[in-house]
Amino acid sequence: MHQLLDPILVAVLLLNFVALGASQLRTVIHAVALQGVLLGTTIVVAHNTVTVWVIIMAGATIALKGVVIPRMLFHAIREVVIRREVEPIIGFIASLLLGGVGTALAVLFAKTLPIAHEHMGSLVVPAALSTVLTGFLILTTRVKAISQVVGYLVLENGVFIFGLLLVEAMPFLVEIGVLLDLFVAIFVMGIIVYQISQEFSTVSTRKLSALKE
Amino acid sequence: MSHIIVHILLLLGMPPLLLGVIGKTKALFAGRVGPPLFQTYYDLAKLFRKGSVFSTTTTWVFRAGPVVGSVTALLAGLLVPLGSHGAPVSFSGDLILFAYLFALGRFFTASAALDTGSAFEGMGAAREVTFSCLAEPALFFGFLVLAKLSGSLSLTGMLDGPFPSGWGVAGASLVLVAASLFIVLLVENSRIPFDDPNTHLELTMIHEVMVLDHSGPALGMILYGAAVKLFVMGALLTRIVAPFESGNAWADWGLFITGMLALAVIIGVVESVMARFRLVFVPTFLVAACLLSAFGIVLLLR
Repeated sequence: MHQLLDPILVAVLLLNFVALGASQLRTVIHAVALQGVLLGTTIVVAHNTVTVWVIIMAGATIALKGVVIPRMLFHAIREVVIRREVEPIIGFIASLLLGGVGTALAVLFAKTLPIAHEHMGSLVVPAALSTVLTGFLILTTRVKAISQVVGYLVLENGVFIFGLLLVEAMPFLVEIGVLLDLFVAIFVMGIIVYQISQEFSTVSTRKLSALKE
Repeated sequence: MSHIIVHILLLLGMPPLLLGVIGKTKALFAGRVGPPLFQTYYDLAKLFRKGSVFSTTTTWVFRAGPVVGSVTALLAGLLVPLGSHGAPVSFSGDLILFAYLFALGRFFTASAALDTGSAFEGMGAAREVTFSCLAEPALFFGFLVLAKLSGSLSLTGMLDGPFPSGWGVAGASLVLVAASLFIVLLVENSRIPFDDPNTHLELTMIHEVMVLDHSGPALGMILYGAAVKLFVMGALLTRIVAPFESGNAWADWGLFITGMLALAVIIGVVESVMARFRLVFVPTFLVAACLLSAFGIVLLLR
């Protein structure tokens, strides 16, 4: 099953670029949802023995990352009536290029890390690092609060991929706990996005950094 | 020897058929009967019988444009292997000549457009060179993956013999390169979703706007050159995507022709189901194509 892991991670990496380059928020959310589903399948693929718990955990991940959270985001963009990220702080082409550089650096850097021997050749560490970087990039360079929530999601996906290294050692409860944290965080963010749009009639976070008299 | 003759005959004769297949596919999707399969041949025959009108403001550059455009495409066709058969001309480093033959043709097409002195054609020339300077790195990154995989620096060496085993070694890289080359092919041949060869809406035209002032045989040369360019780049792509070999040298020609026709159908399907991108998004997709190829290299080298 392990040989399936790398192709899935390649797809995850490509979805990073989709999330970076697309201006339509729907496309970005769809990309992140698909990424979540792929990550759910990696849990099954990464385990040596597939037990009921593994299936449940994968199912929960797919349901949460692939269905529930994207639905909440879609609900949010319907609620605050925005369709696209119009003016990112750096342009889409620049962020694509930065993402490409980030991925290349992640691959280079992963080679120098002292990781366990069985993970040496795999894509897990580069994919995790580059996904985290992509998440940071989206989080810091987008203006709309919803895009930032998506960036946070991508960031968390990267952390999740790192978790695959410890998949045999990590107890079930910890992983579910992480998922719950994420869920609550997205939930709170959804409320904040709604509040921002209520208060300023826009979801741009630029207003938040301006001081009031 | 006989294979070289077949290579040249196919290179000279088949390209317009691809345009016909694309047209038929699009007509099928639209529920029309569409132009006959050999319409491009009729068009060419018609154009070559016509007389030419040359504006008095133009110089020899204007007349050289169509000639250089089609001749460079044909020369590039001599460098590319068709199916499992090696190219008639092959030497180490010919992939750079391959890329820059197209660049030379493009330079002359753009110069001819500028030579007319029309602001409109100048705009088209500016767009064409902008997009192609983004498409070129994608092509070269793709070549880099193939060169690394095969250890050869000629097109025939890269795509010949042990190539099919490449899919087992570096399948992911090759998928990325194929996707990136497909985007390059669509851009370079001004197909939807990047450019529409049929459009005559001035604001959106890229390639077509450059050839508005050509008429008669010159326009025929341009049409033929564009078809050959599609054929040559298509041959490159089909060899990467479907490196099948039957064992029988003559049956391989059949496989190659089938592959090319399938590619034309795929292009027709893409053109039917997709809308044209807004002009500002075209560079984004080209940068994405570069990144795909570059990512292919990263995967191969890690």
